[in-house]
Amino acid sequence: MRATFLTLGSIIVTMLGLIFVTFIIGRVMPIDPVLAIVGEQASKSTYDAAYEQLGLDRPIIVQFGLYVWDVIHGDFGKSLLTARPVADDIKRVFPATLELATIGVFAGIVLGVPLGVIAAVKRGSWIDQVARVIALVGYSMPIFWLGLMGLLVFYGILGWVGGPGRVGIFYVDIVPSVTGMILVDSILDRNWVVFKDALSHIVLPASLLGYYSLAYISRMTRSFMLEQLSAEYITTARVKGMSENAVIWRHAFKNIRVQLITVIALSYANLLEGSVLTEIIFSWPGIGSYITTALLSADMSAVMGGTVVVGLIFILLNIFSDLLYKVFDPRAK
Amino acid sequence: MNAFNRLLSSAALGLAVGLTSFAAVAETPANMLVIANRIDDITTIDPAQSFEFAGSDVSRNIYSKLVNFDPLNLDAGYQPDLAESWTVSEDGRTITFTMREGVKFHSGNPVRAEDVEFSLRRVVTLNKTPSFILTQFGFTAENVGETIVADGNTISITTDKRYATSFVLNCLTATIGGIVDKEVVMANEVDGDLGNNWLATNSAGSGPYILQGWKPNESVTLVSNPGYFGGAPAMERVIVRHVQESATQRLMLERGDIDVARNLNPEDIAGAREADGVAIDDELRGRLMYISVNQKHPELAKPEVRQAIKYLVDYEGMQNSFLNGQYTIHQNFLPRTYLGAVDENPFSLNVEKAKELLASVGVGPFEIEVGVREAQERIEIAQSLQNTFAQAGITLNITVGTAKAILGRYRARELDMYMGAWGPDYPDPHTNAGTFAYNPDNSDEAGATGLLAYRNAWDTGGLTEKVAAAVVESDRDTRAKMYADIQSEFRDIAPFAILFQKIEQTGRNEAVQNLNLGGAITAVSYWPVTK
Repeated sequence: MRATFLTLGSIIVTMLGLIFVTFIIGRVMPIDPVLAIVGEQASKSTYDAAYEQLGLDRPIIVQFGLYVWDVIHGDFGKSLLTARPVADDIKRVFPATLELATIGVFAGIVLGVPLGVIAAVKRGSWIDQVARVIALVGYSMPIFWLGLMGLLVFYGILGWVGGPGRVGIFYVDIVPSVTGMILVDSILDRNWVVFKDALSHIVLPASLLGYYSLAYISRMTRSFMLEQLSAEYITTARVKGMSENAVIWRHAFKNIRVQLITVIALSYANLLEGSVLTEIIFSWPGIGSYITTALLSADMSAVMGGTVVVGLIFILLNIFSDLLYKVFDPRAK
Repeated sequence: MNAFNRLLSSAALGLAVGLTSFAAVAETPANMLVIANRIDDITTIDPAQSFEFAGSDVSRNIYSKLVNFDPLNLDAGYQPDLAESWTVSEDGRTITFTMREGVKFHSGNPVRAEDVEFSLRRVVTLNKTPSFILTQFGFTAENVGETIVADGNTISITTDKRYATSFVLNCLTATIGGIVDKEVVMANEVDGDLGNNWLATNSAGSGPYILQGWKPNESVTLVSNPGYFGGAPAMERVIVRHVQESATQRLMLERGDIDVARNLNPEDIAGAREADGVAIDDELRGRLMYISVNQKHPELAKPEVRQAIKYLVDYEGMQNSFLNGQYTIHQNFLPRTYLGAVDENPFSLNVEKAKELLASVGVGPFEIEVGVREAQERIEIAQSLQNTFAQAGITLNITVGTAKAILGRYRARELDMYMGAWGPDYPDPHTNAGTFAYNPDNSDEAGATGLLAYRNAWDTGGLTEKVAAAVVESDRDTRAKMYADIQSEFRDIAPFAILFQKIEQTGRNEAVQNLNLGGAITAVSYWPVTK
């Protein structure tokens, strides 16, 4: 019980700190939010009216207090760019990123974990070399370039996958939005045509993200496994005549699960906030491109709202991986 | 995206496209127009507030106005739209419009003079950024009750003094002239906002298209208005999709998933030219690139130095290299196609002549600072200037900064030199004449930061009076001649060197016909499009 309170307390403090930092950054950035709204040609009276409307005439400490109060109530203010409440915008764009990142990280786990394990077991073999090259390319290739190449080959030349956007233009707004995730919504609506089209659109960007998380997950898995495989208890198990499969999966792998959870949670959090370039290349209207566009247009309420949400995701994923830690690792109890 | 990535991707795409042909292409439906464009500048589509390019594009297709341009004949100037005809009072101050009969809003409500009265008064009362286009005629929130008045089937507007009728009518063709449905708008009013919040994301017009949806940074969908008084448009749906990257737009165009790509860079234009079924259009737009020098600077204030600077610009070199196809040399403040526009471009790079001019007033080597906003082509222009200026002994220090930093200093008259762009605000020559060559009070206290002449501390040497005279001249031809004369003098004496006019290059599916982007004076029109 006490631990729960402590966790809750640390979440609140972290969130307040995050809000404070974003707020300060928003104020010191060399961007004039008023000019961003009214434009260069605005008359002084128009400018002043907008200045007051934003509450910029009040003392900064009052502005911060009001901001925290609003955020607690789920109100991030109104976006200058979209003329809608930022909270509504985030509700609209977040499912797009969630859908993409979830499939991406899932692909990363399914391929990355076995690859890492095999690479560790067959250390120095050709499989290990291949795994290393895959990871290296994943680390060093600009995602931008890789994305465009993917589009060119699989969409432009081969025509195997859908192009930019979440669905083809003819299928926009056909299925009712329940979760905001088109794949889920089209299943709920039993509209298989839209489902297929949405799938053909998500496969490329999700593969790209999956590849990046695969590169990270497989390398971490490999090094965790190597550490275990050189441990004494493994030798003991082998001496006892246990099958190699059992040694690897039942003994060694079991012991790295906990570390892997943290790696995967981190990787997931990265995809949820860091898929900006992927979203731009694929015209994917998610939170990454939302925050970037807002930043470039000095839409500070949107930037702050987006940052707070992304921060919250990080914190939640951290707590989640801590909890799993406790479940899987008896020593942590 | 950094320059390296961009270079890499363009090079790779170019190579790949060169080596292979695309798989069988998809086709958009025959009654649907699909456009890729950057639409992240739309902040509202309320005609009383919208002042960005993509927003004006939407507005032009949704809202009818009293007078408007014919997209198939922009040169003809304004034409009757919701107003069938108009008369001007003897003192030249009151224009009375007679409304076209039988026109209906999308809601089914009739379009009445009362709606026009409401719409124009609303612009003035709301006082949003573009409202100056109307308030420059002396309308205020207090006097609109007497100056903008509906009477039966007519609507009269009375200006504070006599202006050229063409000036007033041209201004009414701007986005703020869009006529909204009073009943629908007022039914959606919240806290006395005259429906401003609601109209930001909804439409209440009588134009050829109805707004079906706008998802910020994603798409705008329009459906045709079958009851449009000008005839139902051939394209029943128009979808404008936000696609940020040029390379992506090109892929979609060549795949046939879109009909029009509006933001192709020079490399992709060159590539798309080779593709089957794709046509490239060049259309002149209103945006100008210019440099200007602050008259508070002792050396830059000398007429010979101002002249010399105009000979220290490598106009052709820039046009033919990095501006490739996207800008054309233009040395006058009125964009080509505007009333009174001229295309005399007397200046070219001539370092010897510049040196002579500088020597004639005993100006030795000196150093100045140029402010540039962070934009690739502007920085490249500044670098070219740095090179050519150096050849005549002028050291140009480039300061690159954000809009706030650079514009703030420019508006405060603190920059030695500014390298920037200017787009006309409304389709009348006064828009640019009024900012480049008009500055009635050059004192620091005047604070006329909206005027470019003021920002450069330039007392216009008599041009202010000529601009004031041109804006009230009622004869169209005489008026055009007056602007030509003003520009001729301006070229010689102004501390501005106008450099280039924007050309918009569009990639289009060959089947798409009659797509007009609006030239330098208005926005895009979808209703004449066929395919």
